[in-house]
Amino acid sequence: MDWQAIWLSVRLSASTTAILLAVGTPLAGWLAFSARRWKFLVEALVALPLVLPPTVLGFYVLLAIGPRSPVGALYAKLTGGMLPFSFQGLLLASVLYSLPFTVQPVAAAFAGVDRGLVEASWCLGVSRFATFRRVVVPLSRRGIATGAILSFAHTMGEFGVVLMVGGNIAGVTRTVSISIYDQVQALDYAAATGTSLFLLAFSFVVLALTYSFQRRAWNIWPS
Amino acid sequence: MAELVCVCRTRLASGFELDAGLSLPLDRAPISVLFGPSGAGKTTLLRMLAGLDRPREGAISFRGQPWFDSSRGLWLAPQQRRAGFLAQDYALFPHLTVARNIAYAARPGKAAEYLKAFELGDLAGRLPRAISSGQRQRVALARALAAEPALLLLDEPLSALDAAARTRTGQQLRRLLLGSGVPSIIVTHDRMEAVALGDWIAVIAAGRIRQYGPVEEVFRRPADAQVAESVGVENVLPARIVAREGGLLTLETGPAHLQAIDSGEAGPVVACIRAEDVALTRQLAQVSSARNRLAGRVTSVAVEGPLARVSLDCGFPLVAAITAQSAGELQLQAGDAVCAIVKTTAVHVAAHSAGSRAHE
Repeated sequence: MDWQAIWLSVRLSASTTAILLAVGTPLAGWLAFSARRWKFLVEALVALPLVLPPTVLGFYVLLAIGPRSPVGALYAKLTGGMLPFSFQGLLLASVLYSLPFTVQPVAAAFAGVDRGLVEASWCLGVSRFATFRRVVVPLSRRGIATGAILSFAHTMGEFGVVLMVGGNIAGVTRTVSISIYDQVQALDYAAATGTSLFLLAFSFVVLALTYSFQRRAWNIWPS
Repeated sequence: MAELVCVCRTRLASGFELDAGLSLPLDRAPISVLFGPSGAGKTTLLRMLAGLDRPREGAISFRGQPWFDSSRGLWLAPQQRRAGFLAQDYALFPHLTVARNIAYAARPGKAAEYLKAFELGDLAGRLPRAISSGQRQRVALARALAAEPALLLLDEPLSALDAAARTRTGQQLRRLLLGSGVPSIIVTHDRMEAVALGDWIAVIAAGRIRQYGPVEEVFRRPADAQVAESVGVENVLPARIVAREGGLLTLETGPAHLQAIDSGEAGPVVACIRAEDVALTRQLAQVSSARNRLAGRVTSVAVEGPLARVSLDCGFPLVAAITAQSAGELQLQAGDAVCAIVKTTAVHVAAHSAGSRAHE
């Protein structure tokens, strides 16, 4: 088993999830509560990674962060490094790729919070932002947990985007799924079996946890 | 001096139109009731006062401070109004304990004060779903008052309670509201609640304020037939003024004539007579101070506890409420000929349809 690849995937997934929670929560809040007419465009944009082939997404990210692009040039100026084929570049691509897996469950949870509670808080003189933080977020914690778990799991298993943006550098961008691909290419079926089995068990446990979360949610708020 | 003035027009997505004009003297009458049938627009109006829904046009001001003025594009958010709002389902935060609900928007120390004053100390650590509806109502009220509002708006505060708890909780609610010193506006569709809770009443029907004034006044002198019916006047009789003389009116109601005090009404009117103001005798009294003596026949007698509701046919239907004891002594039965006696002062003349007095 390629422990280096597994450890890299875990680090990548954890970082992606952390960034997604920070970025995705306000975005989900905006999607849940904004009355803008053109909101559906943002919703479609967020959902895009669900249907887009990972290679297409990866290709555009690669172009967008390349040394000749404004983003890549700025990054090079600030850090002296390059984004493509680096952990940071991979992280950026993963965040975009898993965005709907955080935003959608969190936005659904926000929208599901009883509007009467939000209004009660406003009428008690509490600002919109404080109401969001003190009422909406705590009452959506299961949706937020679901979003975080799904994003983590989705990043653990990503392949196409990593291949396009990160390449295959051991310890830097060679994630679990790339490692399995390599092992199969090298006809090392024993190693591939071990790593695959690990990923299979991991994915199952994560999904089982997610569903048990939701099940408990039903039991606690029946009416 | 009116302290809350609201002139608002709006149209909901459902097509319902609200055109409400009222002013409430909150200093003289600490508890006002917004009374009307379901779908009359009571909650819509209350939400506008709270700042939760914005009317299409009009103005709202509270103690001289404008809250809304469509001509200036002014609209204060709920947070800027300091108007506490008690929703019908109380809207307690389900993830916070009773104590933390009350402390939610309170200054330090206030929460403990209300927890004690509202006798909620024993429940402090419980979650809202683990207490009764009556207790939830007290928590919601304590939470609203602990935030030190300038005005309190209550939407059907007793509707979530069962009938037995309603009377008791209603009295307690009035006591707590008066004790708080915060003027309140209560929405209700229940006549008994309106009487039990309010000092002032505004009657709303089909999106319009029909009449407002002291509860006693509105119940005794409804402005029009619809208000009379909604405040529970049993006899609302279409009538025509046939003579006006010496401060008295003579009305023609079906085949009979009624005398009433002249209140200045003109045009098509209704004679409003409360059932308890109708007395019955077996014989046609020859001499009596009561001017209105109507011959009629009993159509039905229904005993309701200590009272009997006697329906009569005097050429027009008339309902009398007498004690069950009297009904027994008179041995009233359907088909009996009787005489109904109504004092002149018990006949209130009101406009036949809404209009003149609704927006004064």
